[in-house]
Amino acid sequence: MTTQTDISKSAKPGLKQWLVADAPQSRFQAKCGRAWLGWIKFSENKLAMIGLSVVIGLILVTIFAPLLAPYDPLAANLANRIQPPGAEHWFGTDQLGRDILSRVIYGAQYTLLIVGLVAITAAPVGLLVGTTAGFFGGWVDAVLMRITDVFLAFPKLILALAFVSALGPGIENAILAIAVTAWPPYARIARAETITVRKSDFIEAARLQGTSNFALIIGHITPMCMSSLVVRVTLDMAGMILIAAGLGFLGLGAQPPMPEWGAMVSDGRQFLLEQWWVATVPGIAILIVSLGFNLLGDGLRDVLDPRGGD
Amino acid sequence: MSNETLLSVKNLEVTFDTPKGTVNAVRGVSFDLGRERLGIVGESGSGKSQTGRAILGLTAANGRITADEMKFHDLDLATLTPKQWRKVRGARISMIMQDPKYSLNPVMTIGDQIIEAYREHHKVNAKEARHRAIDMLEAVKIREPERVFNSYPHEVSGGMGQRVMIAMMLIPDPELIIADEPTSALDVTVQLQVMAILDDLVRDRGMALIFISHDLQLVSSFCDRVLVMYQGLVVEELKASALHEAKHPYTKGLLNCLPKMDGDHSDLPILEREASWAEG
Amino acid sequence: MSAVTRKNRDGRTRTHLFSGKAGSFLRVVFSLAITFFGLLLVTFLIGRVLPIDPVLAAVGDRAPQAVYDRVREEMGLNLPLWQQFFIYISNVLQGNFGQSVLTANPVIDDIKRVFPATLELATIATIIGVLLGIPAGVFAAINKGKWPDHIVRVIGLAGHSMPIFWLGLMGLLVFYMKLDWVAGPGRLDAFYIDFIEPTTGLMLVDTLIEGDTDLFWNAVSHIILPASILAYFSLAYIARMTRSFMLEQLSQEYILTARVKGISEHRIIWRHALGNVMVPLVTVIALSYANLLEGSVLTEIIFAWPGLGLYITNSLLNADMNAVLGGTVVVGAVFISVNMLSDVLYRLLDPRARR
Repeated sequence: MTTQTDISKSAKPGLKQWLVADAPQSRFQAKCGRAWLGWIKFSENKLAMIGLSVVIGLILVTIFAPLLAPYDPLAANLANRIQPPGAEHWFGTDQLGRDILSRVIYGAQYTLLIVGLVAITAAPVGLLVGTTAGFFGGWVDAVLMRITDVFLAFPKLILALAFVSALGPGIENAILAIAVTAWPPYARIARAETITVRKSDFIEAARLQGTSNFALIIGHITPMCMSSLVVRVTLDMAGMILIAAGLGFLGLGAQPPMPEWGAMVSDGRQFLLEQWWVATVPGIAILIVSLGFNLLGDGLRDVLDPRGGD
Repeated sequence: MSNETLLSVKNLEVTFDTPKGTVNAVRGVSFDLGRERLGIVGESGSGKSQTGRAILGLTAANGRITADEMKFHDLDLATLTPKQWRKVRGARISMIMQDPKYSLNPVMTIGDQIIEAYREHHKVNAKEARHRAIDMLEAVKIREPERVFNSYPHEVSGGMGQRVMIAMMLIPDPELIIADEPTSALDVTVQLQVMAILDDLVRDRGMALIFISHDLQLVSSFCDRVLVMYQGLVVEELKASALHEAKHPYTKGLLNCLPKMDGDHSDLPILEREASWAEG
Repeated sequence: MSAVTRKNRDGRTRTHLFSGKAGSFLRVVFSLAITFFGLLLVTFLIGRVLPIDPVLAAVGDRAPQAVYDRVREEMGLNLPLWQQFFIYISNVLQGNFGQSVLTANPVIDDIKRVFPATLELATIATIIGVLLGIPAGVFAAINKGKWPDHIVRVIGLAGHSMPIFWLGLMGLLVFYMKLDWVAGPGRLDAFYIDFIEPTTGLMLVDTLIEGDTDLFWNAVSHIILPASILAYFSLAYIARMTRSFMLEQLSQEYILTARVKGISEHRIIWRHALGNVMVPLVTVIALSYANLLEGSVLTEIIFAWPGLGLYITNSLLNADMNAVLGGTVVVGAVFISVNMLSDVLYRLLDPRARR
């Protein structure tokens, strides 16, 4: 294997050479270089870029919902009910005469809220359980992994249903229920990563310097788990959106009059034949956002976690 | 040794496109091969294995082969269609792979895999094919051919696996065998045994052999002629019996690395490299 | 909880004995038992933290205090929590999940009645998913990076991204309401329902047993849409996994060996590579089958399909907790068993794991 000629020509020569240097001078340079190569690989994947734009779009819509929505999402106007899509109401109106476009725009807030809260609760729990189990091994591992297996043995939606039925319907309980069903796979991943690194020399070296177990887990092992965890969480966000929408559809998630997409599809069910748009539009919104997270996660996996993909 | 040319390669180049750039694995290799045994020696990454694969048209999908000439008898290998290739591979040119642990299909029995190789090129019924396969297993000195025939690859040892590989690749009776590091994955104790079996069969059946290895001594004891490759180039061509006449410093370096029975027992010299050798 | 700790300790001291064939079987059974135990614990706790008072639900809110106390005692709710838990376990092991408030039947009888409908739906869906998903995945893998790969990838990702209840509604809208190609909700047209005696509970089988082809085709036209919609999700998953396993196998050394032998590309893909892909793929198929058994919850609601999912949801909306928890335990138990079964199948398929 001899001469190497670079095929990427997109950056300025000076900066690019610094980024792709074979022998980086500092940790920072090495990190930037890796990030740069990852970005090149990621940005070559058109589908992943589409996913990224969808997710960014979702965030922007959430922030600027009051500016983007043409109407108040909660303002009922019975004189104006179930209007077909037109110039006045681009996506028509629902059974209470509320503008569907505005409701879909505001609905983005609930979707982002749900996946965001689930991710920031379930991922750290899974990470903690998995790294602890993997790091200590023995009976700690056996007990923690048994518990994880029990939660994995439940189908997600059924477990979420059972929890919501116990806690009562509502968006907070839906978030809690989804979080309860979401953490076990993260624990599995974190444990697997931990087991591969716990015997490494760098862990041994840190231990010899007197680093405590807690600091070892937080400072040295957790970072090693991050990339596969990020990939998995991103991919799971699509599934979380679907479960949240499913709960909403069943009337167990966000309660009326909140413009939650799943509940909106449920509203449209009774008018399906004649007023198809009432159920169709929010469904498409769920599909697009969930697809966006899937595409993004898929692209991230190719870059960050080559073992998990192809 | 007859003088008829079996295989003629002129200016063979193999290049790979990788995310980090283009890699030239083989850079202008030329040789002619008669019914003889040719060794190709080099360190890993020298392009020796890629040369072997290019002869069979089996370079990976991200690689490109170019050559001024690549002829097997009158057959222009560069212009073969996939269908024509299938008539060449196995039947006329075959290859023995490095490690039987990975190169045999783990979910097919050994018998099925040998029969498959035979029936691809000979239209015989299942019974006849089975008979042939058992004979072939005997020919590679497997003591219980019936049992091995019905075994899966993971159930036999590495040495046995490699004999199975030899049986499988020789059973359609090809004219040219490429052996790519056929013994380097095996225990030292069985290496010579397996090599001897291969050598016997190749001689008996009058096949030509290209023996690819990093082990100069092993190659020279089984081959008539040796090509020494370095960074995709052939740096020297020698008769196996005349290794001591080597002129290129790289070959000399390789030779000096061999421990000598009668020599002193000081440290082996370190192989030195110069950038200029890699400049074709 | 003394029994729990004893169980754990036994498990630990015995682990080194869990070797060899019998040992690995024991280990599987043991982990099955522990997981099932945990499943019961979780459902029990969910039942306990419920804001619903089961006594009140049984006696009504006008009952005098004496009656209330008597019923409370009869239900065993005055006992300590751990005793209640063991009563719960022994009841469940005897198939006793209590009475359903909604149907006034024992929950287990209800579940026996509705489960075949779910099983039938999930089975048909899995068959469709396997028959289409494996070829799609193989096709994508051998065309990696080209447009067939992208199409399969997008179809697969859309399958992961589509809300199933919405897809079901759209399916009904287009194929039933607009095009009238298939029959609507339910397992049979209302007119036919009393004609059929549930022998197996599987409508396609029962109608054939009775030899009534009209009924059989009616049942087919009812099941085909919900089954196809479920199948899409199973297809998406199977195709994606097939593709990635296939790519992994195609880069293996033995594929090169087969090429050296001059084997046709067709045979290399379908015999050599797929033969190896099938080993891990069995697990994937089993998992997707188990997932469909639960994933049918929303589909059953859309299609008024009288299966386990519809039963659990209806019970839930009517605060019929015995039925909900009973259904949850059954679904969890099926899930665990299918996973175990896939483990056994894996051993059968992979010669390396066989002895």
